[in-house]
Amino acid sequence: MKPFLAVIARDLRLAVRQGGATFLALVFFLLTVTLFPLGIGPEPALLARVAPGVLWVAALLAAMLSLDRLFQADFEDGSLEQLTLSGLPLGGIVLAKIVAHWLTTGLPLLLAAPILAVLLNMNSEGFAALLLSMAIGTPALSLIGAIGAALTLTVRRGGVLLSLLVLPLYIPVLIFGVAAIDAAVHGLNAKPHVLLLAALTLAAVPLCPWAAAAAVKLSLE
Amino acid sequence: MHYFANPARFTRLAGIIQPWAGALAAILLVVGLYLALVVVPADYQQGDTVRIMFVHVPSAWMAMFCYSFLAVASAIALIWKHPLADLAAKASAPIGAGFTFLALVTGSIWGKPMWGTWWVWDARLTSVLILFFLYLGYMALWQSIEDGQKAAKAAAVLALVGAINVPIIKFSVDWWNTLHQPASVLRMDGPAIHPSMLWPLLIMALAFKAYFVALLMARMRMELNLRRIRALRLAERTS
Repeated sequence: MKPFLAVIARDLRLAVRQGGATFLALVFFLLTVTLFPLGIGPEPALLARVAPGVLWVAALLAAMLSLDRLFQADFEDGSLEQLTLSGLPLGGIVLAKIVAHWLTTGLPLLLAAPILAVLLNMNSEGFAALLLSMAIGTPALSLIGAIGAALTLTVRRGGVLLSLLVLPLYIPVLIFGVAAIDAAVHGLNAKPHVLLLAALTLAAVPLCPWAAAAAVKLSLE
Repeated sequence: MHYFANPARFTRLAGIIQPWAGALAAILLVVGLYLALVVVPADYQQGDTVRIMFVHVPSAWMAMFCYSFLAVASAIALIWKHPLADLAAKASAPIGAGFTFLALVTGSIWGKPMWGTWWVWDARLTSVLILFFLYLGYMALWQSIEDGQKAAKAAAVLALVGAINVPIIKFSVDWWNTLHQPASVLRMDGPAIHPSMLWPLLIMALAFKAYFVALLMARMRMELNLRRIRALRLAERTS
């Protein structure tokens, strides 16, 4: 457990000391959401209708864009290879890095989402569901994204490829995340959607680090 | 299974299978198309557009079959490190993508006169579209990693992750769709299909499958020959 926490602490320290770069995903999230009223018009009713979808899609893209930070820098300067000597299984290291990634991107997105929901005039009944679905769903984004990030490690300029690999896999998270908020906004029961989302995340916890570790191992050979 | 791990042995076998499968595909295609386009009566509701189904339905079946084939081949490649399984997976991806594309296009052409629109975000259409993107991602990953062995393993991992996700995506898309437009009029399950239409459909499906086998053999032989050329060039340079 100690090396696991040490990897998390290290990644968090790195993120904090890099300063601005960490919050770029957050800025991207804010900007993308800002584009929607400009694109589809400022009518409050229309914005309220599309708010859950816009927030989730923007969060999805922001999380995806920050995925290259997950392994890339450590892979390039060799510290990823050093970490494999720590005695912690590679899957454990990958999971620790995923946790750190979520803490530095998923969590800020989660905290910013309600503010943006207010700006988009979302019905206040949906706020609890928004927070809950984001809290449960964004870890799945980091987990699934880690596979894509690991697979594209050795690819030069892998950004576009990464989106092609990861976005189709994100679709179930998007669907259930938006469905939970929509249900709450319309006064329906959001619980089934939240539970399905939780099932997705829980299934991803053991499977994704495993697959991502297999992919990381390839690039270390 | 390991008997055919020898590339030369496999190439010989593939050379025998390929023309037979190709000929079978051609004969079945001619018979199937004749039945589908000439013999089968026009549908009392859909008219002549029903004939598109004889291409559309087998393509959609093949789209799913190819992905299953790709996933199984990838699993064999990862678990038993069978040298030809990688090749089979790689060779089947563009064929599967082609069938998926054909299913989407023919479905769209059928949809315009029948549904009055080229595209609807129906659960089935959406999940086939996502399947198409999965194929594209798989092929793109193969192309962007230069080291062939690493590319093979990375693509195999992706194929398996995709295979786990396909049912989840299908389920979630079905759910998503029923949420937004319940009791859609666009459901395909009309009355049970009449034998006069079922037979041409099955013949077409078999023709497509034989075509897949012929193409797979051709692509795998090509891939093996490419490898041999590369090895020969390398040997030439070092000597």
